[in-house]
Amino acid sequence: MDYFLTEEQQMIKDLAARIADERVKPVAAELDEKEEFPWELMKVLGEADLFAVWVPEEYGGLGGGVLEQALVVEELSRACSGVAVSYAASALGSFPIILFGTEEQKQRYLPDIASGKRLAAFALTEANAGSDVSGIATTATLDGDEYVLNGTKQWITNGGEADIYTVIAVTDKTKGPRGYSAFIVEKGTPGLSFGKKEKKLGIRASATREVIFENCRIPKENLLGREGQGFVITMKTFDRTRPGVGAQAVGIAQGALDEAVKYARERVQFGQPISSFQGIQFMLADMATQVEAARALVYSVARWIDSGAKDVSQAAAMAKLFASDVCMKVTVDAVQILGGYGYMREYPVEKMMRDAKITQIYEGTNQIQRSIIALDLIKKAARKNK
Amino acid sequence: MHIVACIKQVPDPSQARIDRETGLVIREGVDKIINPYDLHALEEALRIKETKGGKVTVLSMGPASAEQVLRDAIAMGADQVILLSDRQFAGADTLATSYTLARAVARLEDVNLVICGKQAVDGDTAQVGPGMAAKLDIPHITQVRKLRELTEDKLVAEKLTDRGYEVVEVPLPAVITVVKELNEPRIPGLRGMMRAKKAEIPVWGPEDIEAEADRIGLKGSPTQVWRTFEPERHRKGEMLEGTPSEQAAALWQRLRSL
Repeated sequence: MDYFLTEEQQMIKDLAARIADERVKPVAAELDEKEEFPWELMKVLGEADLFAVWVPEEYGGLGGGVLEQALVVEELSRACSGVAVSYAASALGSFPIILFGTEEQKQRYLPDIASGKRLAAFALTEANAGSDVSGIATTATLDGDEYVLNGTKQWITNGGEADIYTVIAVTDKTKGPRGYSAFIVEKGTPGLSFGKKEKKLGIRASATREVIFENCRIPKENLLGREGQGFVITMKTFDRTRPGVGAQAVGIAQGALDEAVKYARERVQFGQPISSFQGIQFMLADMATQVEAARALVYSVARWIDSGAKDVSQAAAMAKLFASDVCMKVTVDAVQILGGYGYMREYPVEKMMRDAKITQIYEGTNQIQRSIIALDLIKKAARKNK
Repeated sequence: MHIVACIKQVPDPSQARIDRETGLVIREGVDKIINPYDLHALEEALRIKETKGGKVTVLSMGPASAEQVLRDAIAMGADQVILLSDRQFAGADTLATSYTLARAVARLEDVNLVICGKQAVDGDTAQVGPGMAAKLDIPHITQVRKLRELTEDKLVAEKLTDRGYEVVEVPLPAVITVVKELNEPRIPGLRGMMRAKKAEIPVWGPEDIEAEADRIGLKGSPTQVWRTFEPERHRKGEMLEGTPSEQAAALWQRLRSL
């Protein structure tokens, strides 16, 4: 289907597709097996200017937004979503700076992110703070011209690999989430260290680690926005990155669908290719329809956000929710169509099925997305009836 | 250092077919790409520039549509491109092509090294690189798989042979033709692609390179293609029957009678 992308957007998508097919696909299984961070591929993406697509032109970017980032993530995910999420996490870590950074902060950090020279990461989750962010225990205390950070962040994508961390910490315990603030912490700062690399079900090429702060002192100027804005910064950031998770889901699902169609045409049983059986045909038809619907939603939401729309949280949640549920279903069906072969690691679909699961979990579980969507509905209805 | 890379636009070999009636390669509806070996030539030129400084000029001779491969070259990082395109250049064999490209190189300033792919995948002659060197009266190394040492006036390179490789030293300027083992061509970036889209592609004709009219194009081409045809496929299998020793004896007889 034609989504009427601009010439530049089409160029971005085509380039990402080329890199996915020529560079990522051939090494995807190996990266998964070895759980190796794909630095070489990050370099390729950097040289291709793909880290620049969501960064404003004034700061060394190409001036695109959520849609451009989503196009790249989708294409990379078709080949390996572990690679795609390592790329996307840099967007997640940099959106707080783009949205809330001072001119000086933007000048200082964004050009290196745009060139791919430095990766970014976003550090929110803790052992007792996931869906319920009110459990955050990491603190930041102002001491003269410095904030002192203490606490441990968990499951941080690009942890240890990224150079720039956007960190959410408590500056005022008495205020709950309104007492959270966001900070920029650079790798190499004394007191910042990294825990063990997590062993995961999927997206195994990506690095997921603890990020530990022990009397980690950062200059006062590294506060993003104002004290107490941490929660708002987080939500505004997720509004821009959840469609990206949706794009990741669309990409994985498209990859699985492609494999399923290819296999169904080749695999002969009962004297004919299994693609001639209506049972298989109907499965493929449903998969393709769902993937297209998910893509249409993700692109529409991304475009809408890029237009400068406000109050986009519900739509962003819908894009992430719908696409990730489609992704899980489509990848399970792809494994089913490939049968025994689908279950084996020699074929790529079992990895896609493993990779799919995380899209229903991170950046807010799909239950949290449903809460956001429902509360928004109810709130709007209540306002109308007043 | 001024490095010149010569590239050719060819039909994508994965889509190549021959018209059985005319014996000609069908070019319509077939994607056109940079000759794969030439990509390695261009990549090496760019790497030399990146490590030693200087500039990369890319030449291509062909119809107006060959402009696209030069845009691709700009996207990858070429500083200057020139399309040699004129009706009088058409129908050139390797002799006329070598002459034409050599004339163009001679018009460029202070060229240290000319790099070509080892051959084009459509003609497969591997003659144009050495042909250019002959016309320019400078040395050449074919089948280069690695540059060992490169200075302003000397090149030491590994030349691939059937049995291994030879290490060859030449004074510069020189021409080299390269094989795929040399490097991995880069994928162009978005900024390069945008620059390439807007770029003006200069076109040179015979007068720009002061070419003699009877040495270019069809007039300058003593080679005439007599006939092009697809080889007929003989794949008639024959099963030998009997016990293994009878089969072996029968096979021996057949081989002896060849």
